[in-house]
Amino acid sequence: MTGLELSLRHRRGSFGLDVTQTLPAAGLTAVFGPSGAGKSSLLRAIAGFDRTGGRISLKGEVWEDGRFFLPPHRRRVGFVFQDPRLFAHLDVAGNLLYAARRGGGVQALNQIVRDFQLEPLLHRRPAALSGGEAQRVALARALLSAPQLLLMDEPLSSLDASRRAEILPHIERLRDHAGFPILYVSHSLAEVARLANHVLALADGKVVGFGPTGLILADAEAAAAFGGEEPGSLIEAHHEQIEPDGLSRLTFAGGSLLVPALPAHTIGLPLRLLVRARDVMVARTRPEGLSALNILPARVENLRDIGPAATEITLTCGGTPIRARITRRSVAALGLEPGVECHAILKSVALAQE
Amino acid sequence: MILPDLAPLWLTLKLAALVSVLLLIIATPLAWWLARSRARLVPLVEALTALPLVLPPTVIGFYLLIAFRPDAPFGAFWMRMTGDTLTFSFAGLVLASLIYSLPFAVQPLQTAFTSLGSSPMEAAASLRAGPIAAFLTVALPLSARGYLTAAVLTFAHTLGEFGVVLMVGGNIPGETRVISIAIYEQVERIDYAAAHILSGLLLALSFTILLILYGLNARAARHDRA
Repeated sequence: MTGLELSLRHRRGSFGLDVTQTLPAAGLTAVFGPSGAGKSSLLRAIAGFDRTGGRISLKGEVWEDGRFFLPPHRRRVGFVFQDPRLFAHLDVAGNLLYAARRGGGVQALNQIVRDFQLEPLLHRRPAALSGGEAQRVALARALLSAPQLLLMDEPLSSLDASRRAEILPHIERLRDHAGFPILYVSHSLAEVARLANHVLALADGKVVGFGPTGLILADAEAAAAFGGEEPGSLIEAHHEQIEPDGLSRLTFAGGSLLVPALPAHTIGLPLRLLVRARDVMVARTRPEGLSALNILPARVENLRDIGPAATEITLTCGGTPIRARITRRSVAALGLEPGVECHAILKSVALAQE
Repeated sequence: MILPDLAPLWLTLKLAALVSVLLLIIATPLAWWLARSRARLVPLVEALTALPLVLPPTVIGFYLLIAFRPDAPFGAFWMRMTGDTLTFSFAGLVLASLIYSLPFAVQPLQTAFTSLGSSPMEAAASLRAGPIAAFLTVALPLSARGYLTAAVLTFAHTLGEFGVVLMVGGNIPGETRVISIAIYEQVERIDYAAAHILSGLLLALSFTILLILYGLNARAARHDRA
């Protein structure tokens, strides 16, 4: 096998971790779930900070197997923590050199400094950096250690929206070009929708879903892991053009969508859209005289009762799953059941971003 | 005015410096283990380490005297290894001071290592630094102020040692006659002039050392904030 193979059954106090899963060897896999689900514990086990007695291997290289345990400094793992954990006694250059000397070599330094725009920060102490700057340095430092796997434990959670916006493009660039897999812990649906290729959904230390991001976000079973977060659907679309009336037209296999104008430089680029289940209505015939712009032909995949009066429906629009949350009464009135052709009315479509 | 014999002062400084250096080395792994380990043995070792804080120096001195005697197992072992006795010798004084001042080195280091937490060491490990390299390059510099405190306290505490020296070292000029013993003897002889000079020197010296170290400490604190 070629991915990150995990087979962990580990108990510490009242908390247990029970994960048997092979994760992809490339791209960004989000580890998603409510707090206390075991996301951080999983990352710590993979990094080698905690022993589990289970089995962990990356591309066939065994890191832990029962009594065999490779210490963290001998695993080629980069770790970006929630707090930056820069070394306070070294300046930014010192922190970067620390990683470069032990990892990918000092010659990689210039490129990374340029990529992360760290030139003006090099001679500052960590205490003199803003939260966003410190996290950027931490990310650059982790990369300089030349990892084969990058672990990121909610690296944006302590930052405000504008600082996140500063770091997110760097993470996207890594996801698309780094050449090593990234495991990214998050409890933000929007972050996962924007960044992840795959999602590993955890709840109570157990895997409740694993698969491509779009499928997992639409999967009612995995929804349990989303806890308080509203479930939604992910649509991967292309920004086609900006209409004369100021709306942007996006297309995907299920049809085309109109959203408030997006920046012109994104024309021709793939974008991820997030549709919340409560913003989706269902109609048997194509409705007329409705203010909603986005009405897509769809087919009912499955239905699941989620309360005394509510039902969650998974529709498919040209292969993309779309979730809707409607009343049981409407399900009965419309005669919805798997295979029925219908229309999905998307009341609100948002770009998946923070 | 005749300057009194300054040999006790030099002997005391030699003893305090040697003990401080040795203790910082010995106390480092012990304090690290106490700060990190979750073993059941920890409270026992902590209590043993803190014992010299509460025991009267004469009690420590008495037990050490028993242990150092050439017919006791440890004293005999030392005799075989070095051909010298531990009682009434400089080596014995060093050994006794190591035990007597141990908590003053261990406790500041333990506090520093505890407040350091495991975060920086984990970060270092994730950057491929092995445990010893990580300790030397990350934990040690980040605990610099703990080391400074440990060094000052150990040095100052050894400087003022009296009871233990009296028990195991006696009063042999150039060998075990440290400054506190010399002053005591001068007072006994009612040679207050000499006692004044040695006491004044010790007072000025102690104050100067503390002032320099606390000055450095304050500068380091300002540097951290900058």
